[in-house]
Amino acid sequence: MDTQWTLWEVFIRSKQGLDHKHVGSLHAADATMAIKNARDVYTRRMEGVSIWVVESNLIHASNPEEKDAFFDPANDKIYRHPTFYEVPDTISHI
Amino acid sequence: MKNEMLEEDFEDKVASDIRIEPNDWMPKKYRDTLIRQISQHAHSEIVGMLPERNWIGRAPTLKRKIALLAKVQDEAGHGLYLYSAAETLGTKREVMLDDLHSGKAKYSSIFNYPTLTWADMGAIGWLVDGAAIMNQVPLCRTSYGPYARAMVRVCKEESFHQRQGYEIMIALSKGSKEQKDLAQDALNRWWWPVLMMFGPKDDESPNTELSVRWKIKRFTNDELRQKFVDATVPQAEYLGLTIPDPDLKWNEAKNQYDVGPIDWAEFWDVVNGNGPCSSQRIAARIKAHDDGAWIREAATSYDKKQRTMANSYV
Repeated sequence: MDTQWTLWEVFIRSKQGLDHKHVGSLHAADATMAIKNARDVYTRRMEGVSIWVVESNLIHASNPEEKDAFFDPANDKIYRHPTFYEVPDTISHI
Repeated sequence: MKNEMLEEDFEDKVASDIRIEPNDWMPKKYRDTLIRQISQHAHSEIVGMLPERNWIGRAPTLKRKIALLAKVQDEAGHGLYLYSAAETLGTKREVMLDDLHSGKAKYSSIFNYPTLTWADMGAIGWLVDGAAIMNQVPLCRTSYGPYARAMVRVCKEESFHQRQGYEIMIALSKGSKEQKDLAQDALNRWWWPVLMMFGPKDDESPNTELSVRWKIKRFTNDELRQKFVDATVPQAEYLGLTIPDPDLKWNEAKNQYDVGPIDWAEFWDVVNGNGPCSSQRIAARIKAHDDGAWIREAATSYDKKQRTMANSYV
């Protein structure tokens, strides 16, 4: 029988107020086991206060080979940044 | 994109220290080299638990016992980080385990030596983990992203492994004559195998050149071995122990230690499966895997049942 358990991606919130961050992956038979394994594998030194696990095959990703074309729309829009606009040095709080 | 363009793009990224990520295009040889290296590294962590497991039940104090337990548990974790990193390249956990059990995949030759006395726990932490750290710190900057990130975690956790080993060596070498003899005996037995851990000499290591160009490796085997010797000799002197190499001496001109000849015949013999504990280690891994089969099957059946029940409510 196929003993290859489902692959899960693990996300950990390192402390309250911060977002969950991807830390790696692991195999587990179900979500409960994935969370317990994630605790043992990724938080042996108090690295987290919360864990998310997501089945790896449920994640959809942008294609790295189309990276340039895909992100191109934001490439030439410097007017979206505050430094694009000139304000005299004497003006503060702006 | 055409293959040549992809290859050029890949080489440019590596040259400018941009990490390669799992879905990026990469040459087949790069993928294969990484799968081999990362899975070997994972196997070494897993098999590396066995020589130390031997002493958990016989640790001399509770402090030493919890330290050893935590170290062995870390090694299991490090094996898992690395298997996961290898899986991002398209190999499967089961395939890697099969290759380990069949002898097709290698692991560090050092773990095929026996742990005869408690002093070996000191020598392993001090020397084996010291050598591993020497090798792993530059791997935190290796060109493949998931491998580099796994190594950052490993290195953060591993420094206690070396320190607890050195502390054991200090306790023994400052103890009774019998204790000091144990420490010296452990150093005598581990020194040469530890130098072999860095792998064959550069001119006999066919993969090194490409691995360095692709920044999988940041230093060659000989460079790392030299760094290790230079760092370790003063530590042995502090312990008042003698490194078992009559040719070891400081070379003022080169600003490094000269070492005597390494017995490469022994190294290749161990790599080819004839180490003192080679068959014992693999047998222990296979037994653990087989003994765990019913748990894997039960967990899978439980998951299936839960899903069926959840679906029947819909």
